[in-house]
Amino acid sequence: MTALPLVLTVFVACAVEAIEALTIVLAAGLTREWRSTFQGMAAALVVLAAIVAVLGPTITLLPLTALRLVIGALLAIFGLQWLRKAILRAAGYKALHDEASAYLREVAAAKAAPEVHKRGVNDWYAFTLSFKGVLLEGLEVVFIVITFGANQHNIGAAVIGAAAAVVVVTVTGIVVRAPLSRVPENALKFAVGIMLTSFGTFWGAEGAGVRWPGDDAALLVLVPAVAAVSLGYAAWLRRAHRLSAAPGQTAGAAGPASVTESEEVTGR
Amino acid sequence: MIRALKSFGAFWYDFVIGDDWQVAAIVVVALAVTALLVHAAGINAWWLLPLAAFAALAWSLHRATSGKS
Repeated sequence: MTALPLVLTVFVACAVEAIEALTIVLAAGLTREWRSTFQGMAAALVVLAAIVAVLGPTITLLPLTALRLVIGALLAIFGLQWLRKAILRAAGYKALHDEASAYLREVAAAKAAPEVHKRGVNDWYAFTLSFKGVLLEGLEVVFIVITFGANQHNIGAAVIGAAAAVVVVTVTGIVVRAPLSRVPENALKFAVGIMLTSFGTFWGAEGAGVRWPGDDAALLVLVPAVAAVSLGYAAWLRRAHRLSAAPGQTAGAAGPASVTESEEVTGR
Repeated sequence: MIRALKSFGAFWYDFVIGDDWQVAAIVVVALAVTALLVHAAGINAWWLLPLAAFAALAWSLHRATSGKS
């Protein structure tokens, strides 16, 4: 596989995470205090850099077969969870992820919290909100960079994809000074789920000893196949959801079988 | 201390496994069966993991929309 698909996949996946982190940082900075927000962000970036510095070189020392088996399994599981949520959203069983409403929720919580000076930080709430937001979203970025980079023996290309995504989202956020609610985030998450599941399946099976027909070219069939099946499931569920909605009621996330899950923890 | 460890474990469980542990279980079992077929029976079972992934997704969506997970 050339570096371009690797860079593009990591770029899209990391852009989604960066958009969510930006929403939290903006809520903390604009509502509370920028200095403490930046301190929280910087602390989270130091922790993330340490994780990459330790895990990156260590993981590439593992034998390739074992690496592909473990990382493939993790990526496939991770990707299927992304796809599951994206399909439930597309079918109307789960509310679409909306950065504007997420921002308003964070702002309301930030305004209500008292200002506490702690450990040399002016506003502990802004610090922790920013720290947790950047760390949680950043962990997914680190996970994607390390798994994709290590499997392709090209962590540099994966880092370039991730860094480009963070820079593009940050610069856009600085220019707009608002959450990036116009980005088609749900469609991006669907695409990321398809890529993670496809690559995870490909590498996992290779790690188990499989030889794919056509070697790497099998991905050219696997990715569209995963996309087609996922879109088919979404269309089928959308139709079922519409049919199950009560007469006179619009089928939507608040319909009869709406699903509540842990999006706020993982950000998927 | 125990509370912190529990929170740490819960975070990583949610981070990797997510909302439906059965998806993870199906993927792991499918990988084990694939390895067995390849190494013990000499069958190049490249098709097994994609089929298992599609089945796991369908099963998980069914459980989510019928309120079982």
